[in-house]
Amino acid sequence: MLTFVGLGLYSLEDISIKGLGCIREADRVYLETYTSRIMGASIADMENFYQKPVIELGREDIEQHPGEILKEAERSDIVILTGGDPMVSTTHMDLRIRADRMGIQTAIIHGSSISSAACGLSGLQNYRFGKSCSLPFPHKNWFPMTPIEVIKQNITLDLHTLVYLDIQTERYMTIPYAIGLLEEMAKKAGIHITLYIGIARAGSELPVVAAGSADSIRRTDFGPPLHILIIPATLHVVEREYLELFAGL
Amino acid sequence: MARGQKSIERVTELMNDPVHIRNIGIVAHIDHGKTTLSDNLLAGAGIISEELAGRQLFMDSDEEEQARGITIDSSNVSMVHEYGGNDFLINMIDTPGHVDFGGDVTRAMRAVDGAVVLVDAVEGTMPQTETVLRQALKEGVRPVLFINKVDRLINELKVDEMEMQIRLGKVIDKVNKLVKGMNEKAYNEGWRLDATNGTVAFGSALYNWAVSVPFMQKSGVSFKEVYEKCKVGDMKSLAKSSPLCEVVLDMVVKHLPDPVTAQKRRIKVIWKGDASSPEGKAMLNCDPNGPATLMITDISFDPHAGEVSTGRLFSGRVKRGTEVYVMGTAKKVNRLQQVGIFMGPTRVEVEELAAGNIAAVTGLKDAVVGSTVTTLQDMTPFESLKHYSEPVVTVAVEAKNMKDLPKLVEVLRQVAKEDPTLQVTINEETGEHLISGMGELHLEIITGRIKRDKGVEILTSEPIVVYRETATQKAGPVEGKSPNRHNRFYIELEPLPEEIVNLIKNGEISMNQTQLERRDILIGAGMEKDEAKNIKDIYGTNMFLDMTKGIQYLNETMELILEGVHEALAGGPLADEPVQNVKLRLVDVKLHEDAIHRGPAQVIPAVRSAVKAGLLFAGDSLLEPMQKIQITVPTDQMGNATAQIQGRRGQVFDMQSEGDTITVVGKAPVAELFGFAGDIRSATEGRAMWNTEFAGFEIVPNSMTKDVVLGIRKRKGLKETVPTPSDYLA
Repeated sequence: MLTFVGLGLYSLEDISIKGLGCIREADRVYLETYTSRIMGASIADMENFYQKPVIELGREDIEQHPGEILKEAERSDIVILTGGDPMVSTTHMDLRIRADRMGIQTAIIHGSSISSAACGLSGLQNYRFGKSCSLPFPHKNWFPMTPIEVIKQNITLDLHTLVYLDIQTERYMTIPYAIGLLEEMAKKAGIHITLYIGIARAGSELPVVAAGSADSIRRTDFGPPLHILIIPATLHVVEREYLELFAGL
Repeated sequence: MARGQKSIERVTELMNDPVHIRNIGIVAHIDHGKTTLSDNLLAGAGIISEELAGRQLFMDSDEEEQARGITIDSSNVSMVHEYGGNDFLINMIDTPGHVDFGGDVTRAMRAVDGAVVLVDAVEGTMPQTETVLRQALKEGVRPVLFINKVDRLINELKVDEMEMQIRLGKVIDKVNKLVKGMNEKAYNEGWRLDATNGTVAFGSALYNWAVSVPFMQKSGVSFKEVYEKCKVGDMKSLAKSSPLCEVVLDMVVKHLPDPVTAQKRRIKVIWKGDASSPEGKAMLNCDPNGPATLMITDISFDPHAGEVSTGRLFSGRVKRGTEVYVMGTAKKVNRLQQVGIFMGPTRVEVEELAAGNIAAVTGLKDAVVGSTVTTLQDMTPFESLKHYSEPVVTVAVEAKNMKDLPKLVEVLRQVAKEDPTLQVTINEETGEHLISGMGELHLEIITGRIKRDKGVEILTSEPIVVYRETATQKAGPVEGKSPNRHNRFYIELEPLPEEIVNLIKNGEISMNQTQLERRDILIGAGMEKDEAKNIKDIYGTNMFLDMTKGIQYLNETMELILEGVHEALAGGPLADEPVQNVKLRLVDVKLHEDAIHRGPAQVIPAVRSAVKAGLLFAGDSLLEPMQKIQITVPTDQMGNATAQIQGRRGQVFDMQSEGDTITVVGKAPVAELFGFAGDIRSATEGRAMWNTEFAGFEIVPNSMTKDVVLGIRKRKGLKETVPTPSDYLA
């Protein structure tokens, strides 16, 4: 059996009781750290809390060599932990497909996800979000314009855009860096972004939420990762009130 | 030196007057006397003393060159010649004739507008005569002919006056046949070489005399007189009555074009940008007031000034402080420091250089040989330099002493910059670096130079043959999946038809052309219109086509796809050797909605594995480099000579006897030719004259493939079993 368990947003306690039970009963527990991470706990903290060894998996282990994990799942109960909600990043869908094709039973135990937490922290209504997008670190001659195209399209439809910021092994994209990239793209795409909302450490005791122009948000100290951005459409009256109260608009 | 100084002054005066400039190269088969001719021309111009000329080999400034008696690098020199009451500035480049240094000839031909083709009267046209002539014509460089060593006809072969004329006529006919075959249009438009109109001269570079029909008419020196004087050995008086320098340089000034005339025709050949753009117009008119455009054809290292870049200035002016950009780099400003011209080994600084000259500048940090340098922020680069030979032999080098490790890396980068026909692979992890060159001799010279000039003690491996891989049948579509499986690339592969490969090799199609121009040429060569308009990349002699339609996000993913293609083609699945002559068609693509899930880590490996697996499906085969060999021996040594070819998996396809010598022509794989020089010498008691020439790649015989592949894989530390498609498509 292969069970995907979502860890939720930030700390050890964000996991569901169902998820925790699953871990306690599992023969082996893996932790995937490349699509998201919970920043409020180290692997040692987890092992202490779960009373179980936790084995870390990189991108290669899951994408290129999933064979071993799947083999284990054929004869024992395997849990794969991910930050947030397991399937939101889409990456693990393939693993579930492969497992099912091998006749392995699979299950998902959901966790809270940034995609809904962003609504709560910013006050932007879930109903008014358009397509979301990720903002990758550029690479040599790769500078994808997809993010700005998505934003542009959403703005045309008067919809908000949730922008996931790149997480790499050695670095996390910060809100000021992301604004730099988006401003450069916006210039090329011929649009102007008037309002940004930055959210840092959603799910922690001290999240930072700030709304404002590119310049003011760039100057805001958001503190350590993870960071995320929202490019809002025109604001509904309640959205505006909420932002004024909770995000310094 | 006083005369030298004076000529520098006249040179700098003439530099601003393009109509009175001739940029020329001297090209020939090895040992036909290029350097001797250059030296004597220099002596005539007062740059070196007449007594020294012919022995000094002034143009061969490298110790190695003087020791081996051959020219390795091209050398430049400028001189002044008076013709018809006017002074002319002649910028001359002497080029190497040995096949292993053919890259220098290619580069030199880009810088010049005219070439003096030198042919030994006794030996006639030789394989490299043909190669260098082809290089000249390909670059739009106009030839004139100088038949050298005429005295040998009379004194060694004892031919009579009649026979001498017939022999000279034969040489001219042969060269004309070559010109016609290589560029019939130019031939018909007046490039035919003709003794009566003065595009041919003959004489002896060593004894410093020459004649041409116009000169004989002007001076009254008759053919009979020349013959008689040669016969009695009175060449001193010939050198007085018809000096080499005057006859040859008269021919150059009269028949080779000035930069203004030449550029009108040549720019279209060497540059595929928009002719109506400011830079296009400036170059076509050799306009000194337009933007500066410079093509770098040589880089050397000067212990004082550092890196000296030499190139042809096609338009504009350059001086100290001029700010330029190097195309194909990060476009950072490079500021010129010194601006000058070359006088053999010495560089003379000048205030300013204008369009039409060959410039030597310092301060071009970002340039490599072949770079396009301009005062504009952006322009279409010049066509890349086409080399007729390819690197076929590799040696591994490592530093003898640990302390030299960092220095060796720096030195290797330098040699790679100086000689673009070398391929240098630096591996700082293992410290074992690879240098690939055009032959055994080429690499001997380079490694020798690293030890001697650069002062780094190195250990070199035995030479290793560079192989190629290619597809032999159609395959696909092959599906390449990204590691996250959300991106799929469907690629078809097949051998690229020979006509198209030749178009790439000849530079007739390139990615710098407009799509329309490229499409029409390809359709003309038999490619379907649908394919011809969709060329996305040309990599070596491989072609990548995008046959998909309307796939969202494909545009911003294309660079990554090409990176994957390049990685696969740089080393094929069989033996990790470069892949050539393959046509790849991208027929379908599925991409993830979100950019982060189709980044480099996903796209590059997906495409790479599709291409590698595809090559295996397409009957990936190993090719080995071949060399054409021509051996001239006394008739009684013929058997020994042919045995040297046949014993090396070679084949003999022509034998021609002339007098008591016979010339054997054949072909053999490079892999069997190591040590040929020594073997042929001992087999023929040192009486063979021979030369080799790159003859392309051929499929390794079936019976040997397995062992050769295994040998390469072992050497490279690869798994011994050749991968199967499923290894890439898991």
